[in-house]
Amino acid sequence: MATHTLDITKEHCPMTFVKTKLKLAQIAEGDILEVLLTEGEPLNNVPKSAKEQGYNVLSVEHVDGNIHKVTIKK
Amino acid sequence: MFDFTEEELNRYSRHILLKDVGVEGQEKIKNAKVLVVGAGGLGSPVILYLAAAGIGTIGIIDGDVVDISNLQRQVIHTTADINRYKAESAKEKAEKINPHVKVVIYKDFLRAENALDIIKDYDFVVDGTDNFPVKFLINDACVMAGKPFSHGGILRFDGQTFTHKPGCACYRCIFNAPPPKDLVPTCSQAGVLGAIAGMLGTIQAAEVLKYFTGAGELLTDKLLTFNAKTMDFRKINVHRRDTCPICGSNPTITELIDYEQAACDLTNR
Repeated sequence: MATHTLDITKEHCPMTFVKTKLKLAQIAEGDILEVLLTEGEPLNNVPKSAKEQGYNVLSVEHVDGNIHKVTIKK
Repeated sequence: MFDFTEEELNRYSRHILLKDVGVEGQEKIKNAKVLVVGAGGLGSPVILYLAAAGIGTIGIIDGDVVDISNLQRQVIHTTADINRYKAESAKEKAEKINPHVKVVIYKDFLRAENALDIIKDYDFVVDGTDNFPVKFLINDACVMAGKPFSHGGILRFDGQTFTHKPGCACYRCIFNAPPPKDLVPTCSQAGVLGAIAGMLGTIQAAEVLKYFTGAGELLTDKLLTFNAKTMDFRKINVHRRDTCPICGSNPTITELIDYEQAACDLTNR
């Protein structure tokens, strides 16, 4: 069970969730994806959209400044 | 797997965001090969939306040239395209919308003699034709080759469509044989409200995308009809018929037939 990281701090809606979905499609079932994103739209929408589409969002943690880490299990 | 470029991710983002499509569905769309028979009223929206959606290979067969009377509904062609082959005009528009799409054209009509050879290279066939002989030919060729297809027909203010997959109702399960020639008017005799070509063609394009992505339920074993005057839509249950002359248990049709064209169809060519 591998852990992958994805940095979408430079992305804007809707590419934030598009990139998250791409990465989730590329990793194996049961793997963990840690997504680094910024406050505002990405933090509001990415975890919510992931849950709505049936992914298991394990945690949302503050990292530094306006950067947060969303941990998703495929 | 899933090696989309940044440009493709952006282009297809509204598909990828959909739970029922995603990158997995978009990849299936990218690998799909669809033949569109007729680049006219129905073929125009079908080709435009399939190209925009990123269908990997689109085949377009039409031996006709653009006539000024086509432009009221055949929205893929422009006034500057008059007298050009519809297949060439449609290919140019499809490639302009999406340069990732491979467009293969046949400046010919689908006939008993070429049908099986052409459709064998495709995963799905869209009927965008305006006459019964070719509608039956598409049905028979697809049933024989085991290919799914979308039937579509429009006249005056009415439209009808259904989707065939092997094992489900085919055109002959619903309509046994073509009506006698001259009994049923064609678009060129009866007229057609231009916008209903878009209404029906976009339903057919949606069925193609649903087929490849597996999203939702197809119009298999269901004949959808609408009337644009009342805007009533009806879905009629239909079934595979055991006595069907092509897909039944004892098929009587074992080779493709070119039914006689109505006279007006011939003079239009």
